[in-house]
Formats: sequence, structure tokens, C-alpha cells
Amino acid sequence: MRIYVTSVLVDDQAKALTFYTGTLGFVKKNDIPLGEASWLTVVSPDDPDGTELLLEPDGHPAAKPFKAALVADGIPLTSFAVDDVDAEYERLRALGVRFTQPPTAMGPTTTAVFDDTCGNLIQIVHVAAA
Amino acid sequence: MGDVFKALADPTRRTILDELADRDDQTLFEICGRLAMKHQLASTRQAVSQHLDVLEAAGLIDVRREGRYKFHSLNRRPLEHIADRWLERS
Repeated sequence: MRIYVTSVLVDDQAKALTFYTGTLGFVKKNDIPLGEASWLTVVSPDDPDGTELLLEPDGHPAAKPFKAALVADGIPLTSFAVDDVDAEYERLRALGVRFTQPPTAMGPTTTAVFDDTCGNLIQIVHVAAA
Repeated sequence: MGDVFKALADPTRRTILDELADRDDQTLFEICGRLAMKHQLASTRQAVSQHLDVLEAAGLIDVRREGRYKFHSLNRRPLEHIADRWLERS
């Protein structure tokens, strides 16, 4: 068994695609119309055949209060690996991205948390080699 | 003032204040991360949230809502009152 797709619940697929590609730098992989939404996935340009991120509509009535409660407590449900958290922080901030946690080193792990503009907090992580 | 001493009597709450002294405006998620990663304190998020309520009631932390986010910062004023009470010499 392998993980081939993981999801973020977004309030608007078009806005999400703009943010996840234009701002974060992922590339669109699948955009298949399915009823009123699309099967819309992005991948890392560094790993185009790797795990896809599904930009899934948050239309279910439970989704929005769930997301809001996580955001209020600063909890990112999704994490992306980066080579340099500080460099990504500066790059994304220059693009107007709002961080709820600036780069913070905790042992070998450095993390930062930002708002994806679609109702989620996202963590970026770098773990220094032992 | 009684609430301040009760709030300070708990080691986890003192550690939370130590971490908030490092930087203002931390989310619950960040505080939990710091306790777990830097202090090996495996408190549940709910327990940490309750500690934060006690600290807020004692005036030792300020909770600030900004849009959809909630941030916590150290408020040193109650500690200054302690210093004024016993350490000030005329």
C-alpha cells in the first residue's frame, strides 16, 4: 500500500490552485471535472510522480467549523518539507503570505506555519541531518 | 494576587511562561510543540489549554485574537507587583 494522494479542504478551488501553484510553486497534475467540482491535484516540481495534493472543496457542513477550530488554535493539518525554512519564510512573506509562527527551531527540527488563504494553516518543516 | 501564586505553583505553567518569554504571540499549537520538543512534556493539548486559562485568569498572559487566529503573550506586570511588594526598599 502506498500513499498516492492527500487532501487539503479548500474554500475555493480556483483560488487554491492560484495559491498552491503561483505562490507555493507546486504544479497542476490533474484537473478532472466531477460534478460541480474538479478532481484537482498538484505535485511538487521536484517530485512530479510523487504524492499528489488534492485541493478538495470544503462544502461539507462539518468542514468549515472544523477548519476554523484548528486555525484558532494554530494547528496545521498539513506539512510540507523544505530545504531551508528561513529562506522559504522570507520568500513567502515577500509574496504577502501570513505566518502564524515564524521559523522556530526545536531540537533538530525547524518549523514555521502559514495561512494558505483557503482556510487552512500549513506547516513547513526541515529536519537537520543527525 | 493569590491567583498569581497558584498559577506559578505548577511547573508546566512555569515552563509555558519560560517559552512565552522567548517570543510574544504564540499559538496553542506552537506552545504545545515547544513543551513537547524542548521539554519532553507530553501534556495533551486540552491540558495545555487549561493551563493557559489559569495563566490568563492570573493576568500572566495576554490572549489576543487577530482575525481567525488566537495568540498568547507573556504579561510581566503581575510579577512586577510581586517585586514592588517585597523587593522595593524605601
